[in-house]
Amino acid sequence: MYRYDEFDAAFVSERVEQFRHQVQRRLTGELNEDQFKPFRLMNGLYLQLHAYMLRIAVPYGTLSARQLRMLAHIARKYDKGYGHFTTRQNIQFNWPKLVDVPDILAELATVEMHAIQTSGNCIRNVTADHFAGAAKDEIEDPRPVAETIRQWSSLHPEFSFLPRKFKIAVSGASHDRAALRFHDLAVEIVKNDAGETGYRVLVGGGMGRTPYLSYVVGDFVARPDLLAFLEAVLRVYNENGRRDNIYKARIKVLAHTLGPDEMRKLIAREFAEIKAAGTLQVAEAERKRIAAYFAPPEFDVLSDETPHSADPDFATWLKTNTHPHRAKGYAIATISLKPIGGVPGDCSHQQLDALAALLDDFAMAELRVSHEQNLVLPHVRKKDLPAVFARLKSLGLATANAGLVTDIICCPGLDYCDLANARSIPVAQRISERLAARQEEIGELKIKISGCINACGHHHAGHIGILGVDKKGVEFYQLQLGGSAAEDAAIGEIMGPGFGEHEIVDAVERVIDAYLKLRRDGERFLDTYRRIGMEPFKNVAYLEQLHAAH
Amino acid sequence: MTTTLIKNGCVCNDDYTFVADYAPLPEGAVVVTLTRLRRERGELLARNTPLGVKLASDQSPEALGSDLDHLSLVVLEFPKFRDGRSFSWARLLRTRLCFKGEIRATGDFLYDQLAFMVRVGFDAFEMQGSPEAFGRALAEISNVYQPSADGRKTILDLRR
Repeated sequence: MYRYDEFDAAFVSERVEQFRHQVQRRLTGELNEDQFKPFRLMNGLYLQLHAYMLRIAVPYGTLSARQLRMLAHIARKYDKGYGHFTTRQNIQFNWPKLVDVPDILAELATVEMHAIQTSGNCIRNVTADHFAGAAKDEIEDPRPVAETIRQWSSLHPEFSFLPRKFKIAVSGASHDRAALRFHDLAVEIVKNDAGETGYRVLVGGGMGRTPYLSYVVGDFVARPDLLAFLEAVLRVYNENGRRDNIYKARIKVLAHTLGPDEMRKLIAREFAEIKAAGTLQVAEAERKRIAAYFAPPEFDVLSDETPHSADPDFATWLKTNTHPHRAKGYAIATISLKPIGGVPGDCSHQQLDALAALLDDFAMAELRVSHEQNLVLPHVRKKDLPAVFARLKSLGLATANAGLVTDIICCPGLDYCDLANARSIPVAQRISERLAARQEEIGELKIKISGCINACGHHHAGHIGILGVDKKGVEFYQLQLGGSAAEDAAIGEIMGPGFGEHEIVDAVERVIDAYLKLRRDGERFLDTYRRIGMEPFKNVAYLEQLHAAH
Repeated sequence: MTTTLIKNGCVCNDDYTFVADYAPLPEGAVVVTLTRLRRERGELLARNTPLGVKLASDQSPEALGSDLDHLSLVVLEFPKFRDGRSFSWARLLRTRLCFKGEIRATGDFLYDQLAFMVRVGFDAFEMQGSPEAFGRALAEISNVYQPSADGRKTILDLRR
């Protein structure tokens, strides 16, 4: 993985001291909360319902054993013993004290971590396919591109006070595991007809109260031009994005108001000028320097057989939680952070430490965080799988549900967040408990839950999406069907009026029962929905209310 | 607190007088709005004294056209510190429009934004605070990752 050189290290350390100075000025009253806010946000520090929350960047979701141990240490020393992995591949701590935050950041800097631009109206931490460097369907590892963008965007002088936040994702595979079409900007590594590698750039995706899918603005951006192209997009956005209404300030609104032709024209003009200036070209030597850090490990020549395990649960886990690897004798394994009835994405300090030991003991260099709030072991020797499974099981991390109905994405909701209208964690927990026994029979089904319209739980992209709303002080939940964040991206369709807190789990179960009756061979829930539409599901979902009305 | 003009890192006398749209023009260097520049263009350009224009944050300096050649000062206003458009306007003035005169910041901006502002091309600041504080703001982060209007060597240059 990437290692800081002297310049990166000095940059992060100075950023810590800069923030320490900002915190001091806040504590002495020189800065008021309104003035402090954008600067604490640019360092990942939120003021939540009960306390500050610190969001630490995990650039493109890659973590080493040393970094995992540091996160465990921070959870113990400064928090209540656990962290929470997010849909942006980051980790959040929910209980730090303001005075401690500069020290936390200083400790993180010793393991090449930071919280730079994990929040605020700036270019956020860049995410990437969590199977990067391991996936069978990969053209090229997306992480060197993500790292190049991370450096360029760090304290960008022109783009640190944008109309709104700006999220970038990068993928280099044919399957989209990075939710590209829901990002403000997405970079897709592609090959042209001449066999050259370049980038397809998409702009204008997003969730929130007005969800949009992004569209292509650059069909094939040549490698040296990547940053010039991105700078062009950002300038168009900084100059033209709306600043009069926070709900219309994301680039998705600009992009879909102007339309692709006008957007492309504006970008082309800026791009031509920035490219001609020649100062922002990505030199091939620098690209290779960064790419070398992400070179795959030396894969051993191994048998492709997976040994037998005496544990009857192993076979299920093997089926659901491992994925094809590009090297013979290796597998990718998903570590589910969705224990049945648990809090999606939470990880204790003991688990973080134990995962570090797991990496060391099985000679694995790194762990990944997925945007689905799970962890991933990218390079597991198949011969080690039974032992790795046994270890994960002893840690409570062997839930065999990757991609199944209990593998729920869920925002913190009203239990933590001061933006939320409704609780989301308890709904996730109850759905998980209700459907766990049948999840293998149900098959791939992605449920995503947000506690408010801001859509941090990605409900628009759920095969089944659930949105918590507040109606006169009572929590209600709207159902959306048919969304997807993958290569078949779509925005879910709202079913109708919301369900009460005690009705929503039953409604979800009835929808799933209907699917089990109506599905044809091999159809996922999403396929059945796309074939037959909303009506059959709507007809059963509201049964309870109909009975209650009579 | 009084506002001082810090130019190129030093406290400076302000030689310009800002003149509201219908106020009479005094002797000497003046700053006018874009509206007034357009309305009284001939008269203003004929004066043999330095001329500046003040742009609101929703006015691109490209709107100045060739008049920019006659200006020695462009004042960019920050109506609130969160409005980041003027970062792009300053950058455009320096890079696209090759403006060599003074680019001055006025309005609501903060100490913590000064380093960014200098990088995109501002060289004068109507602000509270001392040149020492100004100097400190610029020194907080030693090196930069991206090229901007200041022509500084980037970390990528230093790696070569």
